Amino acid sequence: MVQVKVPTPLRKYTGGAGGVEAQGATVAALVDDLERRYPGLKERICDASGQVRRFVNIFVNGEDIRFLAHLDTPLKAGDELSIVPAIAGGR
Amino acid sequence: MSYVKGLRCRECGAETPIAPLHVCETCFGPFEVQYDYAAIRRALTREKIAARPRNLWRYRELLPIEGEPRVGLHSGMTPLVRADRLAAVLGVKELWVKDDSVNHPTFSYKDRVVSVAISKAIEFGFETVSCASTGNLANSVSAHAARAALACYIFIPDDLEQGKVIGSTIYGPRTIAVRGTYDDVNRLCSEVADKYGWAFVNINVRPYYTEGAKTYGFEIAEQLGWRLPRHIVVPTAGGTILPKVAKAFRELRDLGLVEGDFKIYTAQAAGCAPVVHALHKGAELIAPVKPQTIAKSIAIGNPADGFYVLKAVRESGGWGEAVTDEEIVAGIRLLARTEGIFTEPAGGTTVAVTKKLIEQGRIPRDESIVVSITGNGYKTLEAVLDTVEQPFRIPARLADFDELHARLNAARAASAV
Repeated sequence: MVQVKVPTPLRKYTGGAGGVEAQGATVAALVDDLERRYPGLKERICDASGQVRRFVNIFVNGEDIRFLAHLDTPLKAGDELSIVPAIAGGR
Repeated sequence: MSYVKGLRCRECGAETPIAPLHVCETCFGPFEVQYDYAAIRRALTREKIAARPRNLWRYRELLPIEGEPRVGLHSGMTPLVRADRLAAVLGVKELWVKDDSVNHPTFSYKDRVVSVAISKAIEFGFETVSCASTGNLANSVSAHAARAALACYIFIPDDLEQGKVIGSTIYGPRTIAVRGTYDDVNRLCSEVADKYGWAFVNINVRPYYTEGAKTYGFEIAEQLGWRLPRHIVVPTAGGTILPKVAKAFRELRDLGLVEGDFKIYTAQAAGCAPVVHALHKGAELIAPVKPQTIAKSIAIGNPADGFYVLKAVRESGGWGEAVTDEEIVAGIRLLARTEGIFTEPAGGTTVAVTKKLIEQGRIPRDESIVVSITGNGYKTLEAVLDTVEQPFRIPARLADFDELHARLNAARAASAV
């Protein structure tokens, strides 16, 4: 299983949980699995074309998936995936 | 009296009452403060502003607080310097430097956004303030938190210049140096903000924080005699200030306080130029980068508001450029030696990009130009340490000075030939 960190705006889909488990060989497959477990979640993470929304960043073991293979980034048991709103930061 | 109506998502338009929220639950887009501009238009005049104390709260109708400001009573109203010596070197007619290297109390533009963020955090009832920072923001949050008697946690990358670190710790915050880049720090802080319920000025208080950046633009217009510059060059890191300067100019225009058009230009370091890359490629999406530059205060590879920088630049008909670390240091020296202003690498970047855009013909030589200096060079001495001249060391004897002076004169004469 992959450990998934869920940010506050998405916790209404996970019954308030900030951390959940899901599985999938890639980030895309994991997002589909999340949708099965917590209906409505995928639409919040991905836009209508299936791409990650502009204001959502996904990290696998601390690395932004845009530096990896985007939605095709492979996952294995024990990996940690964080979903983080992009709007933050300053200097 | 407040003219704030609520928060509105910039992407999907969802509305919500004023709260410490920064992203829309529906689409993750950023919330922005909405004002009653019709009422502001009736209430605000040039004369009213001019009669107020010389700090950033003189534009308070356009800032998102309800009651009296709690901090920042000496922040803002920094000099707008007519830079004729720099103009001569760059070959342009009318050049100005908006100099936030002398902002109060921590010598960067961050004192603006933090004044608003912390005043708002106090209104919300927070007792702990925090931030992710490359230095300047941490300095400002630490100082304002000390003055407001708030608990303070500062998160910074572990490779910052000493001046930027001590410039926070002196005020007594808990300082946490995170092994990683600013983007790593920022991601950690998003998770800490979720868990601990503190006011992170650039995360959950962000919609209010960013509004403070507008005062940089308001002041420029007022100091130019209620006129907009035709061209303004602004450095981009996380992307807060550039869109807000554009917004400030538009607000003043919509309120009938100024007229005319402006073009806005983004300046980045070549070692961290995700926004300039997207601009040059005509791309909508910004591909993040791993920063590699001495300009640490603008080394943000994953700029939160990068999209809005692109939008503001494109809407205004402006452009943007990136410059190398060597050009950045040359920019710092050029500003110091022509105008007597010592800026940090972010400012060197802006000067060097301005020079490049003028040489490219992107900025015409006969129209007004503002160079945005947002930070102070005394905090980042490491950046220029290897390139500045060392002092001449002599014993305390007149004969030794006479000999040195004669040698220097001879060298000058030789180089003049």
